[in-house]
Amino acid sequence: MLSYILKRLAFAIPTLLIVITISFFLMRVAPGGPFDGERQLPPEIEANLEAVYHLDEPLPMQYLRYMNNLVHGDFGPSFKYKDFSVTELIMQGFPVSLEIGGLAIALALLIGLPLGVIAALKRNSAADYFVMSLALGGIAVPNFVIAPIMALVFGVLLGWLPAGGWNGGAWPNLVLPVVALSIQQIAYIARMMRASMIETLGSHFIRTARAKGLNEMQVVMRHALRPAMLPVVSYLGPAIAGIVTGSVVIEQIFGIPGIGRYFVQGALNRDYTLVMGTVVFYGALIVLMNLLVDLLYSVLDPQIRYDD
Amino acid sequence: MSALLDISHLTVSFDLPTGAVEAVKDVSFQVPAGETVALVGESGSGKSVTSTAIMRLLPDLARIEGEIRFDGQVLNRLSPKAIRRLRGNDIGMIFQEPMTSLNPMHRIGRQIGEVLRRHKGMNGDQARTRVLELLTQVGIPEPERRIQSYPHELSGGQRQRVMIAMALACDPKLLIADEPTTALDVTVQAQILQLLKSLQQRYGMAILFITHDLTLVRHFADRVCVMQHGHLVESGLTREVFDAPQHAYTRMLLAAEPKGRKVPVNEDSPLVLDARDIRVRFTTKRRMFGPDDTFEAVRGISLKVKRGQTVGIVGESGSGKSTLGRALLRLLPSEGTIAFDQQALEGLDQKALRPLRSRLQVVFQDPFGSLSPRMTVGEIISEGLRVHHPELSRRERDARVVEALKDVSLDPAMRARYPHEFSGGQRQRIAIARAVVLKPEFLLLDEPTSALDRSVQVTVVELLRDLQQKYDMTYLFISHDLAVVRAMSDTVLVMKNGEVVESGTTEAIFDHPSMPYTQALIEASFLNRAA
Repeated sequence: MLSYILKRLAFAIPTLLIVITISFFLMRVAPGGPFDGERQLPPEIEANLEAVYHLDEPLPMQYLRYMNNLVHGDFGPSFKYKDFSVTELIMQGFPVSLEIGGLAIALALLIGLPLGVIAALKRNSAADYFVMSLALGGIAVPNFVIAPIMALVFGVLLGWLPAGGWNGGAWPNLVLPVVALSIQQIAYIARMMRASMIETLGSHFIRTARAKGLNEMQVVMRHALRPAMLPVVSYLGPAIAGIVTGSVVIEQIFGIPGIGRYFVQGALNRDYTLVMGTVVFYGALIVLMNLLVDLLYSVLDPQIRYDD
Repeated sequence: MSALLDISHLTVSFDLPTGAVEAVKDVSFQVPAGETVALVGESGSGKSVTSTAIMRLLPDLARIEGEIRFDGQVLNRLSPKAIRRLRGNDIGMIFQEPMTSLNPMHRIGRQIGEVLRRHKGMNGDQARTRVLELLTQVGIPEPERRIQSYPHELSGGQRQRVMIAMALACDPKLLIADEPTTALDVTVQAQILQLLKSLQQRYGMAILFITHDLTLVRHFADRVCVMQHGHLVESGLTREVFDAPQHAYTRMLLAAEPKGRKVPVNEDSPLVLDARDIRVRFTTKRRMFGPDDTFEAVRGISLKVKRGQTVGIVGESGSGKSTLGRALLRLLPSEGTIAFDQQALEGLDQKALRPLRSRLQVVFQDPFGSLSPRMTVGEIISEGLRVHHPELSRRERDARVVEALKDVSLDPAMRARYPHEFSGGQRQRIAIARAVVLKPEFLLLDEPTSALDRSVQVTVVELLRDLQQKYDMTYLFISHDLAVVRAMSDTVLVMKNGEVVESGTTEAIFDHPSMPYTQALIEASFLNRAA
């Protein structure tokens, strides 16, 4: 098992290297630069700035310098958020995004899984159609529509919850962004769980379980649930990585200081180091989550073993 | 005599969106306590629906009419709760698919113990003791260790033994065995049937034995019920039905053993295939350092085939017979030398082999999976012509397709249809037409009849023999079914663990097998007695 983990981590290095290299050069190919603003800077100042950040060097040189720093754990300074290093920005924003995203995923599982199971058990009944229509709605309506409506209804009209702001992570401030973020995930998970549950319930060993005289509850809980969860688990890896690295839309709408906004703002501002930092962070997290999912798979399914 | 199971006027229909479909029509029969009753029929005859209806395990859209009386209770009127008390307790059931009928995620000890805890209220320790006892009874070696195993760690035969242990855990009065040995090798099949027989004597239970295989019925059942298209066409004591079948369908089934022998080839017929010391290795585990772990599936087999000859290759699953066949056609990399029509195949890459492919064709086992569902039958058959004979005009190609369909006794007008519109036997004919349209000299037939009903098998065997005569083809015929091999082959190769155990003419192998393994195979397939 340990050697498998080490092997997987070793294979992650070339993956990340390719991601970093492609993003580095793509970013530089894009027109504009970090110091292009509405006000044209005098050429001497721009030259000075570029010298400070080594942007005057040839591109391969910059690449090597960046990689060297990266190996030493240094993401470099942010070009836009002066006085902050990229590491500091990520470390500030990530815990916030992680909290919101983690809660959203937990909520999605807590609601999505049972909904999917119920829909599968009551297949083609009113309950099934109801759940699946809701799920379809959840997928179809983007969160930049749902979030402002929720803020308007619960924050402004009803005044039950704050319409925005972080407030140090107080729970009333968490509710709306977490719910808004989880709606789409609930929908995905419920649909996936329904499909997978229906497939599992049609399998031969479920027929065996019924032939043993177990009741439907026992059949589902003891025999069907675990195999039916496998596809959901493999979806969760990348999904969690995506969600805990922050949703730009949700963070903008509710004014949450997570790292999602850095992705977009960094790209718009041509804040090379910030974009690279977030890309590397996101890439590493995806790799890590996929590894965790595969390990969890081996716990869930005894047919999968990673020993030598 | 009051029977343990008394089925009267059973009709099962399925409410499909396209209308109700009756799968079982007004079927009545009885299973006396302690006896074995066989329910026989070909696919689609309704025998499995009948057995599943007894356990009330049919999907919700099934409607049951008539009466299923078991031990004084009418099963089809019991509440769901009451029927659950009977399932696994008074009525045990084993299924056709031992590979998938056990939950892959639970240890077998827990799966068997679950029935005991459910019905007998046993605690963990009591259940464990009983499970060990059961595993010993069904002949699982090292039960103490095996109780901890997951299903995927057991062979097919062992899994079916576990299923039997589970079905017998609560001493049922009735065991429903739905094709319990169909997915197993013949020698394993014989062992499982033996086991069921001895357990039946020990516990005095009745067995409802569902099968398509009449040879098994003759050796196993006291009574037999024959079903066709949902109707019960004949029933009675096994001996009587076999000796004096009343219904035409029963007579047809009984006559459905592949008969006749192949016309032998001339002594001076030229050599078509000459393979020496063929070895096939599979890598089971790749290592970064040091040599990979390998498994040798074929271990140094030499083989000579004359033009017009059929070489039958028999052996149980995992014996390497399919691997050998594929290696000979260079569909798998192998060691050793292969000469086809005096041309060495072993040095050629896939591109160099391509012109030869039209002369070397294959028909696979699964007539459902090996035809592309999105292509019409005409397109499937003509595809090889497009590749190998691009010079043909569309009209000429179509003429060849028509000819090939006539060769396999299918209506050429069917070439615009898709594979799903055909039955298993028809699909296998299409697969044969696809190979034959190229006028191959050498045809690899890999279990071409295994997925088919007996009566259909017979016609496919005859078809293959006729085509061989007509086009002077050479066959390599792979099968685990000895009756079919005997009817098809000039010589037979018996394989086990990648090696040839015995080879010789068909007569020599079947009439005077010299090796114990060959004797066991022939014994287990009941050939010597049925023929």
